[in-house]
Amino acid sequence: MNPRVVIVGGGPAGIRTAERLVAHGLSPILIDEAPRVGGRIYQQPPLAPGFRRNAAALYGTEADKAQNLTAAFTRIQSEIDYRPETTVFDISDDRLIALSAGRREEIAFDRLILATGAMDRIMPLPGWTLPGVYTLGGAQIALKHQGCAIGHRVAFLGAGPLLYLAAYQYAKAGVGVAAVITTASWLGLGADLIGMAAQFKTALKGTAIIAKLLSWRIPIVASATPGGIIGRSGVEALEVLVDGRLRRFDCDSVALGYGLKSESQLAELAGAQFVFDRIQNQWLPQTDAHGRAVGRDGLYLAGDGAGIQGADAAELRGRLAAGALLQDMGVARKDADDLGALRRWHRFRIALEQAMPFPSHLAKDLPDATILCRCENITAGEVRAAADQGLREINRVKAATRLGMGRCQGRVCGIAGAEVLAARLGVSVDSVGRLRAQPPVKPVPIDALAGDAP
Amino acid sequence: MKADVLVISGGIVGCATALHLTRKDQRVVLLERDQAGIRASGVNFGGVRQHGRALAEIPLSFRSRAIWADLETLIGTDGEFTVTGHLRLARKDSDINLLQLHLQAVSLYGLNIEFLDRADLDRRFPWLGSRIIAGTYCPSDGQANPRLIAPAFAAAARQAGATVIEGAEVVAAGHAGDFRVETRDGRRFAAPVLVNAAGAWANTVASWFGEPVTLVPEVPQVMVTEPAPYRFQPVLGVIGGDLYFRQIPRGNVIFGGGQGRANADHTRSRPLPEIAANAAAEAARIVPEIRHLNIIRTWTGVDGDTVDGSPIVGPSATTPGLFHAFGFCGHGFQLGPGVGAVLAELIVDGRSDTDIHGLGIARFDGGR
Repeated sequence: MNPRVVIVGGGPAGIRTAERLVAHGLSPILIDEAPRVGGRIYQQPPLAPGFRRNAAALYGTEADKAQNLTAAFTRIQSEIDYRPETTVFDISDDRLIALSAGRREEIAFDRLILATGAMDRIMPLPGWTLPGVYTLGGAQIALKHQGCAIGHRVAFLGAGPLLYLAAYQYAKAGVGVAAVITTASWLGLGADLIGMAAQFKTALKGTAIIAKLLSWRIPIVASATPGGIIGRSGVEALEVLVDGRLRRFDCDSVALGYGLKSESQLAELAGAQFVFDRIQNQWLPQTDAHGRAVGRDGLYLAGDGAGIQGADAAELRGRLAAGALLQDMGVARKDADDLGALRRWHRFRIALEQAMPFPSHLAKDLPDATILCRCENITAGEVRAAADQGLREINRVKAATRLGMGRCQGRVCGIAGAEVLAARLGVSVDSVGRLRAQPPVKPVPIDALAGDAP
Repeated sequence: MKADVLVISGGIVGCATALHLTRKDQRVVLLERDQAGIRASGVNFGGVRQHGRALAEIPLSFRSRAIWADLETLIGTDGEFTVTGHLRLARKDSDINLLQLHLQAVSLYGLNIEFLDRADLDRRFPWLGSRIIAGTYCPSDGQANPRLIAPAFAAAARQAGATVIEGAEVVAAGHAGDFRVETRDGRRFAAPVLVNAAGAWANTVASWFGEPVTLVPEVPQVMVTEPAPYRFQPVLGVIGGDLYFRQIPRGNVIFGGGQGRANADHTRSRPLPEIAANAAAEAARIVPEIRHLNIIRTWTGVDGDTVDGSPIVGPSATTPGLFHAFGFCGHGFQLGPGVGAVLAELIVDGRSDTDIHGLGIARFDGGR
């Protein structure tokens, strides 16, 4: 009997995994939450009529990569069991529990590759729950997916490459960009040239984007301390401190994000071990160089779900995970692994994280009234009060305060919650632990769980 | 370290015992393996129910209920304790007989519950599904938030003067003049009295004193929905115990039924998807309006079940000075505050007005 190989995630990592498995005679199941493949980075527009932008308009400088990837998928589609619009929400032993078309289904596997991608990493600020504030990734997807902007005059606040790219894409699409504001320093951007040089072309693209923004006279403000988003029923302005001076940028919307965090809940439920990564400043599932998960045999992790390295690296990591799986099954491989290329992406990522770090330092001075957990309306002050009562672990703070107990289950607030707790205790953020994943990893309607029960 | 009483484990039972003992001027050292209140005490369903209990538990349950009524005075928080009533529901004709038998039995104890036929239920709880054919209603029952209660008992015990030591896993205990207890990291403690309140792990302690009992791990599985308008006031239970259900004023519906899975040493457990599916189906049959709500989290905890389904509370049958309080079979949350009061009386005064004679360890074979 053929082994049941299941891939979760239809982005660059998942597709390249499937492609290499198919090339070696396997026919995996490919499960994707989205209606069309491409992941978040190469998200395709809806199939509905009216969405007719070409790849160049959608993906800019990355159009070739997007087209290559979807072409690769088209070539293998008949060889695999492709299941779009299917959300895996639990893993129990050798079964995935998924939601598809409003119904619960179970998918058994012998070997599992998780390519679950990433989401925005947030550091809250006063006013961030006002209507008109989006994550950077959300703002970019609105544009990429449906040709919508989040506002007429958008301020971009955060750190990381996506900050400049999203602002550039908005400006190019004709949307007003009020400012691009980063907590990182200009100096940081110039530093670590050797690491940047590891991916010279990509670094150059980034520089070109910043140059373009400057040439369009869009203010770029570095080394900023976010003050707050001002407004009554919606966004009216963004205030930041720069060189000790309060600056106000009028805008009607804000795109906010500080790099990405791995979506690793399924890896945890599958049994992967986690380790704190000091460079990425987050807990990540542990793998070997090829993507074999530590903690469970037959589990492989690929792409940004197992540490952020970007879309190009995700394609490499997908191929590597497929190679590891084939090797573990005793299948002779017809092609070679390219660990060298992945190492260059890894060096580049280290340089990026150093140049554009997550602003952990903001946690300490975040006003007490700032909401951290927007599902449950839990403030920074409540987390600090829990710390002052002697709680030193983030899951205990969750139990005492409700932080991370809402619809998102801490996917949005978990990182900032841990930072605020650690800052109050005066300890490093890894020592307060991480929010444990509990099923379902995304909300599931009761009637879907209940199925056809009378 | 020398004390009057050593308490093993910082669940609600151990912490309540430490608190009541301290209020009786005892020097108490409580040894908790991890953190107080994080196991079954902190993750249970949160029902505060006298209704539907075995008769042997009823006096203890009453005693506890009186403490619940004034919890804020005792531990500084009401832990969201709300008197919402408890409905025990029948799904088939034979269930009705059980409801009526229980009603007659507990009325001798003075517990006020009323029988409701389907027409009564339609009038008072019109959201109940059609499979429910009758129920009994106990107006004095309610619900509370376990996440807050168990740690609050620990904090109150500390504040009253008890020494609550977390991260102290007891690995050996014996009796030689005093009780001598050793933790994994080599600390030693001694006292003339020892309380075994170690929950799912208490049988290990009982075995050290030659009175093992059959204790089956119980792994209740609970889930919670996103918030919805507050509509379902009473806590619901069914004959058979395979579903329990409540809604809190902030809107979340919490329900459970069936068992998750514990690891080999019962320190961790996890929910099982088929159990979640079954519980969701049964909950939606009993309260059809919840069908479209989203489940946002599922969890489990580990407790121990005795053979007869009632806890073990009272003095050891082998070793004077040793007191047991374990095997709560998932009933320990409501009983915990009362157990603490009664054990403190037994230890300090040598007697208690609360009748617990049916809960002794000697009722099991291994007890002598």
